[in-house]
Amino acid sequence: MTTLELQKMANEVRKGIVTAVHSAKAGHPGGSLSAADVFTYLYFEEMNIDPADPKNPDRDRFVLSKGHTAPGYYSAMAHRGYFPVEDLTTLRKLGSHLQGHPCMQHIVGIDMSSGSLRKANTAAVGMAHSRKIDKKDYRVYTLLGDGEIQEGQVWEAAMFAGHRKLDNLVVIVDNNGLQIDGKIDDVCSPYPIDKKFEAFNFHVINVADGNDMDQLRAAFAEARATKGAPSAIIMKTVKGKNVSFMENQASWHGVAPNDEQYAIAMADLEKVGEALCQK
Amino acid sequence: MSEVKKIATRESYGNALAELGKKHENLVVLDADLAGATKTGVFKKAFPERHIDCGIAECNMMGIAAGLSTTGKVPFASTFAMFASGRAFEQVRNSIGYPHMNVKIGATHAGISVGEDGASHQCNEDLALMRTIPGMVVINPSDDVEARAAVEAAYEYEGPVYLRFGRLAVPVINDNPDYKFEIGKGVVLREGTDVTIIATGLCVSGALDAAEKLAAEGVSAKVINIHTIKPLDEELVVESAKATGKVVTVEEHSVIGGLGSAVCDVLCAKAPTPVLKIGIQDVFGESGAAAALIKKYKLDGDGIYEQVKAWL
Repeated sequence: MTTLELQKMANEVRKGIVTAVHSAKAGHPGGSLSAADVFTYLYFEEMNIDPADPKNPDRDRFVLSKGHTAPGYYSAMAHRGYFPVEDLTTLRKLGSHLQGHPCMQHIVGIDMSSGSLRKANTAAVGMAHSRKIDKKDYRVYTLLGDGEIQEGQVWEAAMFAGHRKLDNLVVIVDNNGLQIDGKIDDVCSPYPIDKKFEAFNFHVINVADGNDMDQLRAAFAEARATKGAPSAIIMKTVKGKNVSFMENQASWHGVAPNDEQYAIAMADLEKVGEALCQK
Repeated sequence: MSEVKKIATRESYGNALAELGKKHENLVVLDADLAGATKTGVFKKAFPERHIDCGIAECNMMGIAAGLSTTGKVPFASTFAMFASGRAFEQVRNSIGYPHMNVKIGATHAGISVGEDGASHQCNEDLALMRTIPGMVVINPSDDVEARAAVEAAYEYEGPVYLRFGRLAVPVINDNPDYKFEIGKGVVLREGTDVTIIATGLCVSGALDAAEKLAAEGVSAKVINIHTIKPLDEELVVESAKATGKVVTVEEHSVIGGLGSAVCDVLCAKAPTPVLKIGIQDVFGESGAAAALIKKYKLDGDGIYEQVKAWL
């Protein structure tokens, strides 16, 4: 897809996020919105996947380690054709296949259940290693939150991946700078993130604006070209991106907009969409 | 009396894996720096490319195993019971149990028979923890024959399995041509009419010894080997409880949450029966020779006999 097409799609993904969380009256909009661009890039450009053949053994894998941002993941999957976009309004409701955190037994196309921070990232490393044993070509992508990397198991997995030179693995860190209790560097700073991954023998790619499609495109191309080491893409993003009252607000980590806020959020996104149409 | 053959079930685990590995290319074995102790070294030697040492990081190992299983591998994640069920509980629950992954957990060094290492390594809680996880099969084999059969059955079974093995060499008691292992099926080792002794793991041989002593005093004890704690052979437990009117459970595990609790859960609903739970009585273990500990905690034939006799 062209950059403009990807940008438009990311905007649709954001509308899906806001709609799903509003409908559920609960959920995690902030980190879903910060990662909406990378979800879109992965599902519409980067990954070798086919919603019509979701269990193909040679497909690329995606593991959402920061499982609470399921609304962003679901919205990207729905728009990509894994299930109807209308289903997003069933998020978190009794009987819905859209569980509060991703569950592979509820949705065909989800490669790993997640929700408990840092454990899914480890599973992604296992998938990547399996590919090495079988000498297959697929790639494995996993998305972590920047607060999540305070968990020690992230680094156990990193040590394993670096040691085994899993160059089919791309670890993406959504560095929006905020966690539930506030700024990550106030709560318990994980900085410098890049130096840490370097120390674990990763090829590190810093992305100055992870909400910019061209920068994402360059980063994933560099990761793909990297041999002999796993890649870590550390991308600076804006939590709550493109919803005016949610941007850079830790308080919007896990709260749903009320009806009035929902209307404002959708109007914000409509404006973004209109601007993209002018391009 | 002829010399009884003794083998630690952890040895059986390693040997069974090395044997199964020849037949099944998708079998992979994971360790957390304990391949020498979990006895998977024999597998590692035979199939180095299918042995994955994760380093001292058990939580990560469980996640790696889950990831491997999504690609069609059948991983056996191996470490001590304390770390498999204790340290990595949440990973086992969320990464393996919740998505119902086809991962096998080989937990060695269970119970007080770990011996000299002491209470920090003597896991008497693993059966309790593992049986709370929906869909988890929990197996505690009694000897070498059963342990090897259990590993094969676990491989054939599609879904998560927790296998409990011991460090101590234990008598081989199932070495007969009629022996058949089936997940979820108890084995009646001795018929009796006065009391049913239901034992698991290394306590099975002690239970048989105790039944012998009771018989000498005119008490007829039925002895059942329950190798699968979950799913429990409810039919056999209920039928035996009804027939004998009294039940004793014996396990090298806390009396809270293990075999005794599983049996009581069934009986209180289907056939209320007085039950004596023999096991570790809500205390931590201690350092000492394994045999001495088993004697001290009354899990040998004499100890079981005394407790049953006093209770009847």
